[in-house]
Amino acid sequence: MAVNVDTGARTRDAATEPALGLLALFWVILARDLRVGLRRWTDASNSALFFILVVTLFPLALSPKAEQLRMIAPGVLWIAALLATLLSLQLLFRSDLEDGTLEQLLTLPYPLGWMLLAKTLAHWMITGIPVVLMAPVLAITYHLPATALAVLTLSLLLGTPTLSLLGSIGAALTAGLRGAGVLLVFIVAPLMLPVLILGARATDLALAGEDPTGPLYLLGALLVLAVSLAPIVAAGAIRVSAD
Amino acid sequence: MWTWFFRLASPPHLYALAGKLSLWFLIPAFGLLAVGTWGGLVLAPPDYQQGDAFRIIYVHVPSAYLSMMIYVTMAVAGAIGLIWRMKLAHAVAASCAPIGASFTFATLVTGAVWGKPMWGTYWDWDPRLTSELILLFLYFGYMGLRSAYEDINQADRASAILALAGVANVPIIHFSVIWWASLHQGPTLSKLEAPSISWDMLWPLLAMILAFTLYFFGVLALRVRGEVLAREFQSRWAQDVLRGTSTAGGK
Repeated sequence: MAVNVDTGARTRDAATEPALGLLALFWVILARDLRVGLRRWTDASNSALFFILVVTLFPLALSPKAEQLRMIAPGVLWIAALLATLLSLQLLFRSDLEDGTLEQLLTLPYPLGWMLLAKTLAHWMITGIPVVLMAPVLAITYHLPATALAVLTLSLLLGTPTLSLLGSIGAALTAGLRGAGVLLVFIVAPLMLPVLILGARATDLALAGEDPTGPLYLLGALLVLAVSLAPIVAAGAIRVSAD
Repeated sequence: MWTWFFRLASPPHLYALAGKLSLWFLIPAFGLLAVGTWGGLVLAPPDYQQGDAFRIIYVHVPSAYLSMMIYVTMAVAGAIGLIWRMKLAHAVAASCAPIGASFTFATLVTGAVWGKPMWGTYWDWDPRLTSELILLFLYFGYMGLRSAYEDINQADRASAILALAGVANVPIIHFSVIWWASLHQGPTLSKLEAPSISWDMLWPLLAMILAFTLYFFGVLALRVRGEVLAREFQSRWAQDVLRGTSTAGGK
């Protein structure tokens, strides 16, 4: 890795080896995680495929009537996005803990939460963005009108990063545990409910021809809250897991 | 002046103290429970709308209050354990969870039993019911995480972090659920719409809330004893207690 810390980083003022700035560090970790994540492209595509699969199941189980599909579309797409996020979370810190990358990060003289924010952002870009991009396409098959499509995509764009950030807390808490998949879902899902409610309702309101800005603003507020607090909590949890 | 606080960090001292405290809490709790039950079931007049069915509030409301209060207690104990690295605060937090889950379950069951005659249905997606159900999931998640860790120190710290994250989220969950329900369905029945609940009905309720709270602290003290003993079972004093050769904490 490009971060050379064994000598220079502790004496940041020393002219010999200037330490990495916080922003540069953020980009280094983000780029590294994106590169590693895209190389394991099956992991990345799995959550998008899972998303598509869940959305496909509902018309088969209920009925293919356009009226009914339109009515359930916001809820179905949001539930599918939530499940796809939950499925992908196990991969967030697992391999980094196993190959020792996390321990390396722990020794760096930088705030751990900041580095975890970069990692979570990379994770969202790999698993969350495909979901956000697939959602409008799938919503068309549910006969969703154009205005609701736009609101659905926007709500997912605001909401799925929050889901990933909340999930990073659960992933950090269970990173060291074997077979913690169901436990992770149990821990994290209740915390994600507000995002699910707001996202599905925003789309619902748009579908009913009403103004969805209220829940969209609230989704934005939750995202700001999650960006500023979740990495700190996840950092504390990682320290426990790496013990 | 802080010695009483520092002495709480000593397991044998806490073990003995919890033994004494459990009696100090449980005896008045059972006394008040008897008074409150008598007042609620016999002395309080039947409600002019709900008849005798309203009397379930004397179990339902104290349980609901405790289900939330215990979660906060658990998080505060966890925070004390994290910040001051007090292992015994973690023991208190761990002891809270099963009691809180039980009260949450009791709230849901008594609510369902009450809902059937009043609303004509056992379950309704009312915001308060839904929040309570989510709270039960939060307790389950907490206990699940605890039991997943083999190392007790890791279990303590991880579950304390989870409890704190949960406490920060509970208001957000609660308000989003209220907002969801207000948008989703017509005006919901308010369970305890008490513009002026009469004193005859109110005092047994207050007595029951106090009794339930004391009961919780009494049971908590008993559980903390067990938890401390389980954590310290290799030490000399715990062995003495287990063999019955110790005077710490009485019998």
